[in-house]
Amino acid sequence: MKTVIKPKKTFSWNDIRELWQYRELMYFFTWRDLKVRYKQTAVGVAWAIFQPFITMIVFSIFFGKLAKMPSDGIPYPIFVYVGLLIWQFFSGALSETSNCLISNQSIVTKVYFPRLILPISSVLTKMVDFFVASIILIGMMVYYHFTPHLIGLLILPILLVITFLASVGGGLFLASINVKYRDVRYILPYFIQILMFLTPVIYPSSIAGKYSWILAINPMTGVLKAARAAILGTTPINWELLFISLVMTIIIFTIGLISFKKTERYFADII
Amino acid sequence: MPPIIEIKNLGKKYNITHQQGGYIALRDVITNVFKNPFRFAKSKAKQIAGLEKKEIFWALNDINLTVESGEVVGIIGRNGAGKSTLLKILSQITPPTTGEVIINGTLGSLLEVGTGFHPELSGRENIMLNGAILGMSKKEIIKKFDAIVEFAGIAKFLDTPVKYYSSGMYVRLAFSVAAHLEPDILLVDEVLAVGDAEFQKKCLGKMGEITKKEGRTILFVSHNMEAIQRLCEKCILLENGIIATTGITEDVVKTYTSSFNNQELGEWINKGDEFKNDYFKPEKFFITKDEKNNLFVNIEAEVKKIVSGLTVGYAIYSEDNILLYWSYQTDTSEDEWPIIKNGKCFLKSKIPAEILNNGIFRIQLLGGLHHKEWLFPPNKFYPMLTINLSRNFSKSPYWTEKRPGLLAPKIKWTN
Repeated sequence: MKTVIKPKKTFSWNDIRELWQYRELMYFFTWRDLKVRYKQTAVGVAWAIFQPFITMIVFSIFFGKLAKMPSDGIPYPIFVYVGLLIWQFFSGALSETSNCLISNQSIVTKVYFPRLILPISSVLTKMVDFFVASIILIGMMVYYHFTPHLIGLLILPILLVITFLASVGGGLFLASINVKYRDVRYILPYFIQILMFLTPVIYPSSIAGKYSWILAINPMTGVLKAARAAILGTTPINWELLFISLVMTIIIFTIGLISFKKTERYFADII
Repeated sequence: MPPIIEIKNLGKKYNITHQQGGYIALRDVITNVFKNPFRFAKSKAKQIAGLEKKEIFWALNDINLTVESGEVVGIIGRNGAGKSTLLKILSQITPPTTGEVIINGTLGSLLEVGTGFHPELSGRENIMLNGAILGMSKKEIIKKFDAIVEFAGIAKFLDTPVKYYSSGMYVRLAFSVAAHLEPDILLVDEVLAVGDAEFQKKCLGKMGEITKKEGRTILFVSHNMEAIQRLCEKCILLENGIIATTGITEDVVKTYTSSFNNQELGEWINKGDEFKNDYFKPEKFFITKDEKNNLFVNIEAEVKKIVSGLTVGYAIYSEDNILLYWSYQTDTSEDEWPIIKNGKCFLKSKIPAEILNNGIFRIQLLGGLHHKEWLFPPNKFYPMLTINLSRNFSKSPYWTEKRPGLLAPKIKWTN
């Protein structure tokens, strides 16, 4: 094995090969995060279910029952749960990714590995939570008698991939400014909260009427809408909207990756 | 066969910015832009045109070195000479500014023991995690697992979270994982400074075994000359970022230690506006000796504003960076304090050499407003002087040689 260390290193296909070489380390980081989290909370794995479930109940009471939020003819609890499930995966992944360099500071400054492993493994951790919390959704579907159609199930992996790329992309960008400006991490939770109200999680995007195209700029709009259509099968899938989501995601991911790659090698110096 | 490591014209530049608090807040950057859009545009333009005056520091400059396979090379030098920076570049943690390095083989770096250890995880889990971080595959770790546990001697506590470990157990486990790494090249930085003497010996033994038996290449940074002499046949002396000497370990170590003896007593002089603040600007920080060979720390400064709570003094460290004590001008009762008034100010304090053992010590300027803010916090950018103590210990026939330990106080015994 031959390694050449030079001042400037540009992006090359070798980087992807290197990521593959270090896949075990990625697995170990994911394993560590899951293990530590579930060890620290007394409720353990149940926490992943508990959190969206309680949120769903609170939202159903206040937005569904009291505020009479429209939900495109779907029972509000299941409408909001689909939204929350995907939203919590996205927002959790986004915030973990943004903080991944700072929280692993002691490792980043002492050992070499492709830094991209850290954000990817934080998103994988959140994905496990997502699958665990999906169990509730299945229960609710049985309760409300919803049967998903076949195309619906086939489209779910695509939706997950879009969510994955959007959260990693946004997170990579935020992670690189987070290293430089240390107050970013205090702004972040606020930013994510605002983002939730700009995404049709608790309301249908149809609520915006003719301005709903503005919401489409947010890649999660298309994903949430398609997920509801696919799982609950009440409306046809809006392919056009989904395509816009995909394009936006690719743009976000590219910007994130470039800014991360540009500063990656200097993290140890500025952290 | 090509050399296993080839370093050509390697350099590393840092821009020193005297930023307050050491971190930049996005909020401040944004407020600055809005408050003084003109000044911001001007400084940006200057930056782009390259006219901005920056304080540049070359941590490493024009390093050329080849290491052959199977060599064990020691790297010595004072603090800030660039030893750790060199290892960081070789392990790809930070990129060089100039030059290049060609490495023919796999490389493992051990810049710290227990990198990535998580307090909540058990010993068993941490072995897996730490092994993976240091570059071992899962298969490899499982294969060596028993050997690691045995070497560390923690079999009983394998399933206890490491937060309940004693510091000795923690270090033993961490080193044990690292000792079972099998890269072609191993970079080791100062990690032996931890742990008790016996375990240190065991580690040195293990490292010696690795190199002799398995012919591994090791780069070893240490302040411990004894360890360097035991392990390395070749040695490099770094001084201010350049290679001062290379050669056989014995000669290089001799050059290094004698550089302390011949050296005049340490002195630091403010070159202009360094460490500027509203209260106390240090001008000169130096060591003097009187006719009885007593050593004194001296501080010359300009006092700009009298403020209560001003504490100025020094911190003293051993050669391995262990802090011995802090001392301030305000340590005694108030009526005994030296006077500080506006203008030139001079402070002097005797180093209690009679309680220190022989050896090299580092003395660093320290100061601040008591419980309010640091003016010169104890970090590596602040003036540091080195002294080499050698005193006659005692008139006793049984105490003529240097004993182990940082302190060597002469204490009276009675019946």
